[in-house]
Amino acid sequence: MNQMPTRRSATDLDWDRVRRWGIYAGLTMAFLSSIGMVESLDKRLIVDPILSLGFLALLWVPVAFGYAATYEEAKEGMAAPEKGERDLIGGLAAGLIGGLFFVAFIAIADAVDLRGVFPRIGPALIDLLTFGRGTAVGGLLWLMISGLLGMFGGLLHVLPVRVRRAVTNALTAVFLVALVEIAVVDIFESLRLTVISDWIYAKNGGVTIAGAIVVGALAALSSVRSEGDAVVRFRTRYATMEGDERKRFNLIAGAVGLVLAVVLPMVLGGLTNELLANVGLFLLMALGLNLVVGYAGLLDLGYVAFFAVGAYTTAILTSPLSPKWTPMLTLDFFSIEGWVVMVVVVAVAALSGLVVGTPVIRLRGDYLAIVTLGFGEIVRILFLSDWLAPAFGGAQGIRNIPAAVAGPAEINGTKPQTIFYLVVIFVGIAVYVAWRLYHSRIGRAWAALREDEDVAEAMGVETTKMKLLAFITGAILASFGGMIFAVKVGSVFPSSFKLIVSIIVLVIVIVGGMGSIPGVVVGSLVLIGILGGPTQPGLLAEFGEFKLLIYGALLVFMMLRRPEGLWPSVQRQRELHQEEILQDAWLKAEAAADSAGER
Amino acid sequence: MHLLEITGLTKSFGGLQALGGVDFHIDELEIVSVIGPNGAGKTTFFNTISGLVVPDEGRIVFEDEDIAGLEPSEITKRGIARTFQNVRLFPDMTILENVMVAQHCRTETGVWGALFNTPTFRNEERAIEERAKDILGFFGTRLTGYRFRQPAYVLSYANRRRLEIARAMGTMPRLLLLDEPTAGMNPKETAELTGLIRKLRDEKGFTIVVIEHEMRVVRDVSDRVVVLDHGVKIAEGSYDEVSSNPDVIEAYLGRPAEEGA
Ligand SMILES: Nc1ncnc2c1ncn2[C@@H]1O[C@H](COP(=O)(O)OP(=O)(O)OP(=O)(O)O)[C@@H](O)[C@H]1O
Ligand SMILES: [Mg+2]
Repeated sequence: MNQMPTRRSATDLDWDRVRRWGIYAGLTMAFLSSIGMVESLDKRLIVDPILSLGFLALLWVPVAFGYAATYEEAKEGMAAPEKGERDLIGGLAAGLIGGLFFVAFIAIADAVDLRGVFPRIGPALIDLLTFGRGTAVGGLLWLMISGLLGMFGGLLHVLPVRVRRAVTNALTAVFLVALVEIAVVDIFESLRLTVISDWIYAKNGGVTIAGAIVVGALAALSSVRSEGDAVVRFRTRYATMEGDERKRFNLIAGAVGLVLAVVLPMVLGGLTNELLANVGLFLLMALGLNLVVGYAGLLDLGYVAFFAVGAYTTAILTSPLSPKWTPMLTLDFFSIEGWVVMVVVVAVAALSGLVVGTPVIRLRGDYLAIVTLGFGEIVRILFLSDWLAPAFGGAQGIRNIPAAVAGPAEINGTKPQTIFYLVVIFVGIAVYVAWRLYHSRIGRAWAALREDEDVAEAMGVETTKMKLLAFITGAILASFGGMIFAVKVGSVFPSSFKLIVSIIVLVIVIVGGMGSIPGVVVGSLVLIGILGGPTQPGLLAEFGEFKLLIYGALLVFMMLRRPEGLWPSVQRQRELHQEEILQDAWLKAEAAADSAGER
Repeated sequence: MHLLEITGLTKSFGGLQALGGVDFHIDELEIVSVIGPNGAGKTTFFNTISGLVVPDEGRIVFEDEDIAGLEPSEITKRGIARTFQNVRLFPDMTILENVMVAQHCRTETGVWGALFNTPTFRNEERAIEERAKDILGFFGTRLTGYRFRQPAYVLSYANRRRLEIARAMGTMPRLLLLDEPTAGMNPKETAELTGLIRKLRDEKGFTIVVIEHEMRVVRDVSDRVVVLDHGVKIAEGSYDEVSSNPDVIEAYLGRPAEEGA
């Protein structure tokens, strides 16, 4: 019998899903407003004068949730779900439902004084949310905005891939350009090209409307010309590179990185340099932790302890105000004294890695995590304690850490450029160490250890020794971070070494991609560069008080949607594309070998 | 002088006696099968030899040294390697890496060599890779070519078993312990592996202890058969002697039917 495929009508939707996501959208918007995010972020303009970061924090919600509400998974072996007006209607409905909830929230907040419970919900917020036009008009506007944006979210499913990519790229580009405003203005100023930056960026901050249109159009155009997602294509290609090709690529990437690292600080202003120095500092630690967690699979939650050890060792060796020992060495990289400092820092870090590592190394998984977490806190509390105050200064810490010296140059926090250069050198060392070790007998032993400890042991890998080695190498890299930190800040206090530092470094590794060096670099740039570290501001300095919220949300999102990280390690990447890529690569190699043989 | 000589090997888990004083020996270039019904203690026997389980009592003398209670990696270093009944590869490492990492205890360059890419390090790396490829070549073409760089988890079940043997060979042992190497294989693959086990001895010079349920394999490969039941050795001898031994028949028939028994 010949059956006509039944066409689905425009309203044949998973209404449950639409309703659910609509409600989520409304609640999310209400939540974001009630914690004061809209109000605080309103000061930062994205597109002057029409869009602030605060409103952006609300407006993405109906789009994303409208998209989610109409998302249909393509099931294996079934025809791809057909797209059409249905998606628009679903998105619109989800947006309207979300809008309705949000308007209800505004109305309630207007009618009842909630400041006792939510100190951030006050007349100022209401005024802002209703565009200063009263609840009725404001509410109606929100209903409209939310509905339309929800529909736009649904529309994303319907648009042909190319168009969709153009649209999303244009929007992302405008946002990114607004994001890096400080850095770009900085560069253009020192290049004396303020004409351009003045035209792109408005006086009050944010991109001008004309600038936004041009940037968006350029981004859209470039995406239309290119095939597929450039980043994904590049990563896939990188993953399939073999031997020499990969070596060459790494060399070129390294050279470009080096040139950038040398030139950038010169053209950047203090603020941006400071930012990059922070990124580098966290990158240094993340590279070390990546070795422990990503390579050897040891979940260390007390990693900050080694950072602290490095910082305190440097402080004691160099500061004249160190309470007990005052060798007052100068951290001069061109003299023997500086090398003595570094050797001592490395030795103390290695020793503390050994001391912390030996008792915990036999523990596994969760137990290891909990015990290291405890050790991290113990180290901080020891530095803080009255008992050891005669040596470490207790809560006062150690001040007056002198600048480091490299030939004629003084390196300290007041000249962020110099710190940046220092960080770059040590990051280079860390990358090199991680990369060499990974591609050696030791790296393979770590990988085996991570996959199955018992079997690794049974196959002749001395697991205890290899774990300790990972621990100690990680500790040394962190201690370098601590050393630079001490020089940069000029003083060390126990309060700089809280648990949150360990956690943020771990989040960098997870979000970037465990076991992946480029992943860790991307992770530090995105997290520390944009959001900022525990106490250091990022490009979105306005996020300050919401930083941890965003870190948390990001972590949850990544774990659910992209557990392999932003830039997965080659191993993880292989996992995703396995057969085809490898078989292709092999066939290509065979063909090449054949043609070489014929000649 | 036996290559491996075990006396009075005992191991209990709580109240359950998995091994109750087992005596065992194997000579250089011998193939000995260990058989017995489910739960007889065969895997525990291997676990104690390879050090994953520490025996309560008994001596395990390998090349004149008592190795009972040593770390598993130490035992592997002394020349005993094993496979696992429930295939335990390093799934996300490549096939080549699985065999390369097994050579850990036969190589020594450390942090220094790796960091400075010393000639010793490079030569050793090259040798490790060559040897791994050579070992994988022993199994025909199914683990070679483009397979080298594939993660181990893409392999079929039979190939995983083969890779496990290859990995054990990577540790360059004198004594190989194979725990049910043909489990889950079809008759053709089983027959092929039977031949391969003999080749491992004849061409590669390994001494082999194999745990097997498949009686045809036991008949074809063993010089000697040892039967365990309830942690006790109930019979020992050639395949023909053992298969007609009334105790053995009772041990098997007294339980849910075993295939091939
Ligand atoms: N780690 C352990 N903890 C507790 N009991 C164990 C442990 N290992 C083995 N046993 C028990 O010891 C007994 C012998 O187990 P073993 O795995 O050695 O049997 P086997 O002869 O290999 O059986 P099979 O043919 O099913 O593989 C079983 O009753 C088992 O439940
Ligand atoms: Mg068993």
